[in-house]
Amino acid sequence: MTDETTAATTPSGSKPSGTIPSGEPLLSVRGVSKYFAGGSSGLLGRRGKPIKAVDGVSFSVDQGQTLGLVGESGCGKSTTGRVISKLLEPTAGEIRFNGRDIAGLKPREMRSYRSEIQMIFQDPFSSLNPRHTVGTIVGAPFRIQGVKPEHGIKAEVQSMMERVGLNPEHYNRYPHEFSGGQRQRIGIARALALRPKLIVCDEPVSALDVSVQAQVVNLLEDLQQEFGVAFVFIAHDLSVVRHIADRVAVMYLGKIMEIADRDTLYSEPLHPYTHALMSAVPVPDPRKERRRERILLTGDLPSPSNPPTGCVFHTRCQKFREELTAVQQDRCRTELPMLTEKAPGHEVYCHFPAPRAGLTDLLNTGVSA
Amino acid sequence: MSSTLPSPAIRADGRKRAFLEVNDLRVHFPTADGLVKSVDGLSFDLERGEILGIVGESGSGKSVTSLAILGLHKGSNAKVTGEIWLDGREIVGATEDEVRELRGSEMGMIFQDPLSSLHPFYSVGTQISEAYLVHTKVSKKDAKAEAIRMLEKVGIPNAPGRYNDYPHQFSGGMRQRAMIAMALICKPRLLIADEPTTALDVTVQAQILELIKELHDELNSAVILITHDLGVVAETCDKVLVMYGGQCVEKGRVDELFYEPEMPYTWGLLRSMPRMDRDRQTRLTPIPGSPPSLINVPSGCVFNTRCPFTDRVDGDKCRTEHPNLELGVTPGHAVRCHIPAAQRQEIWLTEISPSL
Repeated sequence: MTDETTAATTPSGSKPSGTIPSGEPLLSVRGVSKYFAGGSSGLLGRRGKPIKAVDGVSFSVDQGQTLGLVGESGCGKSTTGRVISKLLEPTAGEIRFNGRDIAGLKPREMRSYRSEIQMIFQDPFSSLNPRHTVGTIVGAPFRIQGVKPEHGIKAEVQSMMERVGLNPEHYNRYPHEFSGGQRQRIGIARALALRPKLIVCDEPVSALDVSVQAQVVNLLEDLQQEFGVAFVFIAHDLSVVRHIADRVAVMYLGKIMEIADRDTLYSEPLHPYTHALMSAVPVPDPRKERRRERILLTGDLPSPSNPPTGCVFHTRCQKFREELTAVQQDRCRTELPMLTEKAPGHEVYCHFPAPRAGLTDLLNTGVSA
Repeated sequence: MSSTLPSPAIRADGRKRAFLEVNDLRVHFPTADGLVKSVDGLSFDLERGEILGIVGESGSGKSVTSLAILGLHKGSNAKVTGEIWLDGREIVGATEDEVRELRGSEMGMIFQDPLSSLHPFYSVGTQISEAYLVHTKVSKKDAKAEAIRMLEKVGIPNAPGRYNDYPHQFSGGMRQRAMIAMALICKPRLLIADEPTTALDVTVQAQILELIKELHDELNSAVILITHDLGVVAETCDKVLVMYGGQCVEKGRVDELFYEPEMPYTWGLLRSMPRMDRDRQTRLTPIPGSPPSLINVPSGCVFNTRCPFTDRVDGDKCRTEHPNLELGVTPGHAVRCHIPAAQRQEIWLTEISPSL
């Protein structure tokens, strides 16, 4: 995709961040945390302990690339998404977008960045104003940012609608007149209206039927190709993330456990939590299912206001339970694991990272049915 | 002289009835916009010890089917016709009281969202004991003991302590376990689980499915597992029934469905799912369009508006003629499609399977 194409399709309006020096990532997140104040507790109404929803998270996203952020409920992935798009203010850390640290920017200062960082949400119903027509919804970004496209907002909106697979004649319809998949397309059209550099997608396909999910995933991939937009794709479905992401980060209880290129993570994961996650995903192949090893995690997710000491995963870790010596276990209980770079680009936060044989067999296509 | 009443033990054709037998079930809802044909001619059998997966997307009629089996449409304006035989008792024609007695003792159920199925004002333990007391003549003390025993069995740590906790004090996975305890405490011989793990994390889902399988083994119960997730079906089920637009479009044993499917909708589902165990495809193959309205069900084959293979059938049959559910090569594997069987198998082998 050439600069010419971008210039031809971009509506007029200058962007605050200019161009980034080559080689630098589009988005660079360092040590970002988000703590929520705990409710009051005790007879004296003392403040409860803070809820560490996101605790010291670091990753980067290159231009036009997709970072998948996976994890289960309570891992902090959605909160991370909201923090990097500044819908929530970070408690700590640095968020460098296009070379500029936006972590400390006030909402007023962030305004101009809103044309460059957008969001798509999970629930296609509640993320669209039911009293606005599609035309108003998708046209709003232009009005808010004061951008005047060459042929007018309506023409631009209709062109966008067509691009995402909606009928431009439905410009005056309301969200309730569309199906779930179509409403999600409206959300995508709105997010893309000002040609942002980055879109944070928070579980964009989880609420959709299986046959429609594939349509929306394909659409996002096509749009990325055409507009060069980067995605932070937040999801709990490992199969979908594998399909769309270039790099994947696995989160647990507010921290990143492992981060690697997509192919590396899915062929040789090294963190016990990643192993547990992958071994839990059911695969539509009955013979494989009958033969595979299933790692079952014990216990419940600890409270984020009272996370375990040392490695936050040690209380449920199957490796901790089954393979480590007492001395090694002590280390997991007391020492926070530091980043280990096992291979270029493959970072693991574990004292004893190692591949797991049975899982590797399953994930690699050589397994015969 | 033949009796006009159907026999509880023998079918019309002389064969013995299955433990659960559904014959030509139709559930229609008259509404201001028209007649919603949620289920329109569904038939299947299930024996004890078998796990049947009913697969479908929104609007396929799978949940309405389970409610019909549980007799939960009685008292609503739904028009239910057909027969549902559970161990010789016919449910469609039964009264509300008769069916209520069967629920809990003969049939247990688990729904998708345990938070809305558990009463928020009563402790979890009390609700489980109550389920037991309704159907069994024991003292409250004995019922409590049994409830605690069930909580332990489903893997709730510190069961005696948690007996008095309220639903909001349980995590999602634990609430689902509590639901399972409540569903199984009377040792029902049929368990219906409607999307029991959809709202749960994948690691919790794995635990819950494992638990359902274990308990099913122990009780030798018949299980109906309703889901949209083909992975879950492959993991847990013996038999599968694919629903679309209120009808069964394919059914068979689980291996048949995954390794020799014959219906374009089933192919579409398999092709549109991203999977972890195969080479990554560069592009997913979605099914174009969206599930049909149940008020305006397409004429002819209910799937024809989205089917990419209508050109393999002579003339206009797909749009004009409703295909019957026909038994295929293997007994029990039935398909509802106009494409001739040999051609379907060829399409599967040459076009669909290699692309998965």
